[in-house]
Amino acid sequence: MNIGSLISALPGAIAQGLIWGVMAIGVYLTYKVLDMADLTVDGTMATGGAVCVMMMLNGANLWVALICAVLAGMIAGLVTGIFHTAMGIPAILAGILTQLSLYSINLAIMGFKANQGINVRNYHLLVSSRNVKAIGIQNPIFTMIIVTALLIAVLYWFFGREIGAALRATGSNEHMSRAQGINVNRCKIIGLMISNGIVALASALFAQYQGAVDVNMGRGGIVIGLAAVIISTVLFGKVFHNFAMKLLGVSLGAVIYYIVIQIVLWLGLNTNLLKLLSALVVAIFLAIPYWKGKLAKGAKNA
Amino acid sequence: MLDLINLRKTFNPNTINEKVALNGVSLHLDDGDFVTMIGGNGAGKSTLLNAIAGVWQVDSGKIIIDGNDITGLSEHKRAPWLGRVFQDPMMGTAATMQIIENLALAKRRGQRRGLKPGVTKAEKDEYRELLATLGLGLENRITEKVGLLSGGQRQALTLLMATLNKPKLLMLDEHTAALDPRTAEKVLTLSDQIVKENHLMTMMVTHNMKDAIRFGNRLIMMNDGKVILDIRGEEKKNLTVKALMDEFARASGEEITSDKALLS
Ligand SMILES: Nc1ncnc2c1ncn2[C@@H]1O[C@H](COP(=O)(O)OP(=O)(O)O)[C@@H](O)[C@H]1O
Ligand SMILES: [Mg+2]
Repeated sequence: MNIGSLISALPGAIAQGLIWGVMAIGVYLTYKVLDMADLTVDGTMATGGAVCVMMMLNGANLWVALICAVLAGMIAGLVTGIFHTAMGIPAILAGILTQLSLYSINLAIMGFKANQGINVRNYHLLVSSRNVKAIGIQNPIFTMIIVTALLIAVLYWFFGREIGAALRATGSNEHMSRAQGINVNRCKIIGLMISNGIVALASALFAQYQGAVDVNMGRGGIVIGLAAVIISTVLFGKVFHNFAMKLLGVSLGAVIYYIVIQIVLWLGLNTNLLKLLSALVVAIFLAIPYWKGKLAKGAKNA
Repeated sequence: MLDLINLRKTFNPNTINEKVALNGVSLHLDDGDFVTMIGGNGAGKSTLLNAIAGVWQVDSGKIIIDGNDITGLSEHKRAPWLGRVFQDPMMGTAATMQIIENLALAKRRGQRRGLKPGVTKAEKDEYRELLATLGLGLENRITEKVGLLSGGQRQALTLLMATLNKPKLLMLDEHTAALDPRTAEKVLTLSDQIVKENHLMTMMVTHNMKDAIRFGNRLIMMNDGKVILDIRGEEKKNLTVKALMDEFARASGEEITSDKALLS
């Protein structure tokens, strides 16, 4: 085990963490703000990349391709929202249904190939792993810090607006929201659209970063997003109270997640076991509040 | 003005759990009427308020408020006419949001929610003054999360939120039942004061017969999904708990040995 190899892998881990941090912010919006678990994101995390890469391969401009990727993600969120609100399907199942259909749709977008490459030498990309050790603005770490800051600024602004407040109220207390004249179904749909739009943006950026889109690249994405949310709650929950700081915490949570993964791999863990490890860690952290509650109750009853 | 015309609601129809909760309720309220509602557990009081609020649709009948037929409207579309305070202090506020954010949400009831600020600077001062009238010190805690407030404080806040936009009808459903006696009295007095100041048409469910007699200009009693007693004016002022219990026994055709049946 050579510490040098770990250090040289860190910039890549940070860049990936920042990209998945964008994804995790999307997950945070549904999971924490709207209080619903949305599994659509596993599909959207490939859709954004598929749309972006295929459009660019067909000559579209980088920015147009990015915007279309986001729109595609928002449509996926809309579909889940309609499944859930208009058809009464439980949120988790609604997300799974969209996720499953997205697998076919993503393949169709990619011309029925499981992956499609895009080379940074031939295309103008926003982020690329080739530049991860470069000094200057082409470094993806630098680009991603700017993207994250802009995203947080826009979301902070939005959630301070009337409609943003209505979304937060819906996640906090549906009963009260309806009594105050809020259309909670509409709020849920808007929230799902924003969340999946953000996840699709992360997907488009990640595809550019790796120089390829893969139909399976979003598989288990929800777990990585939740891991980032949980890490940020555990590490920064007590210090970050402001909404913008909480979003920043989620992004940092994703970076920490990728650094930890890098260390675990460096220690010799088989790459194939990573998903198992991630799932177990997330399961344990999700259980902690429940166990704490049980302990507190036990103490009260004693 | 509120007109309830022959409202019917059966829960779980055609099952062993079938329950006729509203069995043809008709009621007319004039502007400024303050009606207290009593009746045994399961009489249908909450169900009647839920029907008006649109928590679900009634099976038949009409709900007309100020000439507007709101019978088919979904809950959030009726909200502009209605203010509600629930029995559970957790129900009426968003715990994870600030005190002023909660008030601002209520202020926008019935308005389109767009990209204007969620809380404006002018509103902050307005709410601070309003909260000061409660005498609970909340005016100094306007940016605190509502989850940190006590049950009584939350009910007082919910009451402010319910009446901020002067609803056509204020519905109070045992809103002091979960509070300790002193706090309950405070919130009740506050409710009465707000109702009188704003001349609000009000329906207040209570399990306390003394309160039912003491407040409002009209008293109705429900039993088995029906209004079985409707007393107003001078007659209501002269009511006693004893007389009320006798009335209940007579009107419902049931014997009651203590006020337990009504109070439970
Ligand atoms: N949503 C519901 N589903 C099924 N039964 C209900 C529902 N709401 C009320 N009920 C039943 O209707 C009857 C009247 O209840 P309610 O209006 O809550 O009585 P109360 O007068 O004590 O407020 C009760 O038998 C209750 O169990
Ligand atoms: Mg009740």
